[in-house]
Amino acid sequence: MQLARVVGTVVSTQKHAAFSGAKLLLVQPIALDDTARGTALLAVDSVGAGVNEKVLIVMEGRAAGEALGRKGAPVDAAIVGIVDHVDVHE
Amino acid sequence: MQIARVIGDVVTTIKDANLSGIKLLVLQPLDPDGNATGRTLVAVDAVGAGVGETVFFVRGKEASFPFHPIEVPADAGIVGIVDHWDVEKPAGL
Repeated sequence: MQLARVVGTVVSTQKHAAFSGAKLLLVQPIALDDTARGTALLAVDSVGAGVNEKVLIVMEGRAAGEALGRKGAPVDAAIVGIVDHVDVHE
Repeated sequence: MQIARVIGDVVTTIKDANLSGIKLLVLQPLDPDGNATGRTLVAVDAVGAGVGETVFFVRGKEASFPFHPIEVPADAGIVGIVDHWDVEKPAGL
């Protein structure tokens, strides 16, 4: 899983049936120091995250489908948690 | 699978129901010499690992297998704690 920051929302009318009712958010993966890392991506949200929140995302198809509650859904990323804080001891 | 050091933990209150009660740890993958290599990631813990320990983890859907039949939405999971590892350098190096 990766830490990410929610940077936007996405609205789509015409989409695969598995997406109906699903919330799509644009998320930017971040490093432990909160700096952006890599390309922003779309993730389905099943936990009620909002813009600017720090979240935990899975980037694997089956896990994302499970988070959405729909096995076999054509998704490859999902938000599975809202991060309260990260403690790093290094 | 890869070797990594546990360098932190992630606290979440609101999360997928199938993640409840599961420890989320921050991992720094290591190269054979024990140096940090590649990006840090967050993994579910299936073996009771803690910060500072060296572990090995699996990527992909298999990360959720230790929690079967609970369908944990995870793409990385700690599946072992490393006691020690040895690397043999080829002769002449």
